Amino acid sequence: MRIECPLCGGRDRREFYYKGAALVRPDVDAGAQAWDGYVHLRENPAGATLDLWQHEAGCGAWLVVSRDTVTHEVYGVQLAAAYSVGARA
Amino acid sequence: MREGLSGNKGWQPHWRDAEPKAEYDAIIIGGGGHGLSTAYYLAKEHGMTNIAVIEKGYLGGGNVGRNTTIVRANYFLDGNSQFYSHSLKLWENLEQDLNYNVMLSQRGQLMLCHSDGQRDAYARRGNSIVGQGDDAELLDVEGVRKIAPYLDFENTRFPIYGGLLQRRSGTARHDAVAWGYARGASERGVDLIQQCEVTGIDIENGVVRGVQTTRGAIRAKKVGIVVAGRSSQVAAMAGMRLPIESHVLQAFVTEGLKPVIDNVISFGMGHFYISQSDKGGLVFGGDLDFYSSYAARGNLPMVEHVMEAGMTLMPMIGKAKVLRSWGGIMDMTPDGSPIIDKTETEGLFVNCGWCYGGFKAVPGSGNSFAHLMATGEHHAPAARFRLDRFRTGRGLMDEEGTGAQHNLH
Repeated sequence: MRIECPLCGGRDRREFYYKGAALVRPDVDAGAQAWDGYVHLRENPAGATLDLWQHEAGCGAWLVVSRDTVTHEVYGVQLAAAYSVGARA
Repeated sequence: MREGLSGNKGWQPHWRDAEPKAEYDAIIIGGGGHGLSTAYYLAKEHGMTNIAVIEKGYLGGGNVGRNTTIVRANYFLDGNSQFYSHSLKLWENLEQDLNYNVMLSQRGQLMLCHSDGQRDAYARRGNSIVGQGDDAELLDVEGVRKIAPYLDFENTRFPIYGGLLQRRSGTARHDAVAWGYARGASERGVDLIQQCEVTGIDIENGVVRGVQTTRGAIRAKKVGIVVAGRSSQVAAMAGMRLPIESHVLQAFVTEGLKPVIDNVISFGMGHFYISQSDKGGLVFGGDLDFYSSYAARGNLPMVEHVMEAGMTLMPMIGKAKVLRSWGGIMDMTPDGSPIIDKTETEGLFVNCGWCYGGFKAVPGSGNSFAHLMATGEHHAPAARFRLDRFRTGRGLMDEEGTGAQHNLH
């Protein structure tokens, strides 16, 4: 599997660290249920998914990768900063 | 014996290929090792014989048909250790119980340590295992050398300091376990329904009523979800999100060799582990590929990593040719420990989250899940496998001590 880093270009999967599903972080005081959903519960789709990767052995950028969990095809990559993951819901 | 001398022409099917009835007392979704053992114990120990196992493919065609066949009970944490101890005791009596040869081979499992700190941790783990009545022996370097003289003891990065040996651990014939449970359940009247995919779970006023399948609706008073890597999809039919991420775990087998590795050996640095099958193939594996996947095949970087780990530990295997590899879909929980619990829907139960260690749990998991489904009470050995432990933070069982987040196990 190769991932197209928006800053560095296409690189081997080994340069990237996988974090997990790209979810919107709840407010600090959103309550236990919202945080349980964010930290633990997952859609875990068989098919198209969005997840967070870091170009650990490259530029260090956090990326949102759109890919397929069944075929391993990568559809697209964006900088997490541009995607606004981590922004308040 | 008779078959062996007469050309193996007289074998009969070991279970009935049943047609779905309109209604059952209980339905098990998933005809793998855990589902079949659940059905067996429901029938045998709780007298529930008007039940069915519904399998979308064929019986035992998932992870129980492709794994590295290791059976052991050397877990450390309260909650896990009692459960695997219970499961190993069921394994030890399984052939008598099922009257079926599951080829349990208690050849011992040796976990190697490579530093003073790791040896101390193994001493503590061993003492706690002995303390609960199971067996563990802490070996020094010479003790390890007697068992496995071919290891690279002087490895610069990972010198071998000793190991923790559990002699009652070993391997079993993976398919036979599924077949034995299937036959035992079928003989007691359980319907085993293959080529029947569950497409929906019927719930009325918070109570489960049955399932929709590709072969029509089937009513049931109780439904148990036991579908490993597909747990999230089936749970979603009941409106649930589970604390599960599905990952791919690869395993490898070489061509058949003469006997050379006569126990199960696991490398203390990383997840490499190896044993030799009765046919002579070296069966080994390592870590997950570390990203969520349903592909049932892995990536080359992890193939390379596993081979490197094997060569680091035992250079003698370098000339063995890898015959095949495969990838199984693992239902990973945040803390790396399983879930056997009720759900918010009355009559709906879930058994999942076995991560990369489901095979050794097959007897215990079915036994404890059957108890929960039949009585509504948690079975003592599996009483800590609660679904809500992640939300509350109480009773997490993080064997690796790395935290209870999805990407850490």
